[in-house]
Amino acid sequence: MTVEKLLEVKDLKRHFNIGGKATVKAIDGVTFDIYKGETFGLVGESGCGKSTTGRTIIGLYDATDGEVLFKGEDVHGKKSAAEKMKFNRKMQMIFQDPSSSLNSRMTVMDIIAEGIDIHNLAENKEARKKRVEELLETVGLNKEHATRFPHEFSGGQRQRIGIARALAVEPEFIIADEPISALDVSIQAQVVNLLKQLQDEFGLTYLFIAHDLSMVKYLSDRIGVMYFGNMVELADSHELYKNPIHPYTKSLLSAIPLPDPEYERNRQRVEYDPSIHDPNEEQQFREIKPGHWVRCSETEFEQYKKDLNLN
Amino acid sequence: MSKLLEVKDLAISFNTFSGEVQAVRGVSFDVAKGETLAIVGESGSGKSVTTKSLMRLLPTPQSVIKRGQILFEGEDLVNKTDKEMQKIRGKDISMIFQDPMTSLNPTMKIGNQIMEGLIKHQNMSRSEARPKAAELLKQVGIPHAEKRLHQYPHQFSGGMRQRVVIAMALACNPKLLIADEPTTALDVTIQAQILELMKDVQKETGSSIIFITHDLGVVANIADRVAVMYAGKIVEIGTTEEIFYNPQHPYTWGLLGSMPTLDDTDEHLMSIPGSPPDMLNPPKGDAFAPRNSYALKIDTELEPPMFKVSDTHYAATWLLHENAPKVEPPAEVKRRMAGFSKTGEFLKGEEGEDQ
Repeated sequence: MTVEKLLEVKDLKRHFNIGGKATVKAIDGVTFDIYKGETFGLVGESGCGKSTTGRTIIGLYDATDGEVLFKGEDVHGKKSAAEKMKFNRKMQMIFQDPSSSLNSRMTVMDIIAEGIDIHNLAENKEARKKRVEELLETVGLNKEHATRFPHEFSGGQRQRIGIARALAVEPEFIIADEPISALDVSIQAQVVNLLKQLQDEFGLTYLFIAHDLSMVKYLSDRIGVMYFGNMVELADSHELYKNPIHPYTKSLLSAIPLPDPEYERNRQRVEYDPSIHDPNEEQQFREIKPGHWVRCSETEFEQYKKDLNLN
Repeated sequence: MSKLLEVKDLAISFNTFSGEVQAVRGVSFDVAKGETLAIVGESGSGKSVTTKSLMRLLPTPQSVIKRGQILFEGEDLVNKTDKEMQKIRGKDISMIFQDPMTSLNPTMKIGNQIMEGLIKHQNMSRSEARPKAAELLKQVGIPHAEKRLHQYPHQFSGGMRQRVVIAMALACNPKLLIADEPTTALDVTIQAQILELMKDVQKETGSSIIFITHDLGVVANIADRVAVMYAGKIVEIGTTEEIFYNPQHPYTWGLLGSMPTLDDTDEHLMSIPGSPPDMLNPPKGDAFAPRNSYALKIDTELEPPMFKVSDTHYAATWLLHENAPKVEPPAEVKRRMAGFSKTGEFLKGEEGEDQ
């Protein structure tokens, strides 16, 4: 894989004001890079800030602090409308719930073509229609579907429409926020395979946000684990599942239900207790071996290193 | 083991403006005392409708039980009046729903909600019921139970709310507990806790559980037996081992094949093409045939009966007929069937290391 950085997230923070002086630190200093052509998985339990991270990167939320660089260019901060337009074409998002993310009063044609219209990608009506039909076929729907409304489709089909809409402006980077959580098992695999196939075809880069760890493992090249607004571990997906280091990652991995009765009956669950960390020592994100990062204190860092060498 | 519940040829339809939706089309199964039966299937397969009908919770007159019997301890629930059902609901059979926020009353304190069943079914006074409610909360692992009784649902987290719902369901020591996707809305770590809790409770009280889910990982964890539903019918039923290690129905193959495993192989996920049939006009013959790459000619003509695989294992597919061509499950599924235990060891090994 080329190691060209497509997206750099540097010490990103997003705090929400919840009345009075109270703030929620939804993301509190997250740093990671996404390389061109890879799938970066972001996992964690609800409320850990994984969706907020995705939404802040694309600009649905303003960052409280930190930087997001896309191909070396800062995407936040003051920008002209034209610059924003240029950036919006390159980055698109697929949402979790396909029924609430599609406008129920628009036809599929208009939903998919909205981006095409905004960016003036079609010369005339004929070209616009042709492009939409092409997109529908790319995601496995028929061109007859273009005149229908979202409620006439099943959940899986709606998610395909959401994907077609994201593809319409020929983006390089797609943020998929729990794109399969709302779908049935038999349909989940269809959508995941479609995402993989599109990546091969168009050379897309994904940020895949999910809580389904086995699916994330299946799709992602690298995975970041988030816990309470911080990234606690980041590694190659095989590496992460083979050598989890942070106790939270271990507890998360041990909780994945696997379709194997024998394993399930003998499963040993690891519980995560945040109080094992010494509050007097500063927690930092450190590289424990090339490409494998863990959030830990100085003492823990030495301990983890020792554990790794023993293995 | 004696049978607690027997469902015989149950068929349920909904009358809608566009016509009759045949949600359940002849389902038969039984649940023994102290056992856990899991019902799996995708949305619209009729699994929730089946279990809701056990408690007669379906809206009337839109829904009609067309035929069949629901024998609970030998008594047919289909013919019970509303009043008679009220004595059974919450006492002999109770239910846990998917979303704890919608099954709790947001304007009532937790304590009062748990006490409701005790006061109604066990003729307890409020002062008798209160300590019992606190005890139940402790049993489901909620700390500071006495204090928590005076709190409202919004003061609890999702996992805690589901624990409260379980405490409510357990209040009158039900003989049958129906859990309709109780962990789907929860995080994996919380899900694992709730599953463990349910198993502990079952060990203590000896009640039977019907567990509805679409997550095969959860099924492997909790079930003794599994029924796979598709388009309003049970297409395969057997013990958990039989379903996971020796599945017979192509739909079960598809379900197993579409779950990613955690081992290092970069294989393609199997997916079931198409989408479930419209139950307004259920297809002729085998409802799964249009999505089934193993479909035989007869599948489009005639519905397959349940073929016996073993004393406990039945599957409704013509592939099991003696004249059918011998078909092996797809390679992915076979690899999974063999590989599952390997995956388990791989993770078990990991956990061993950190101790």
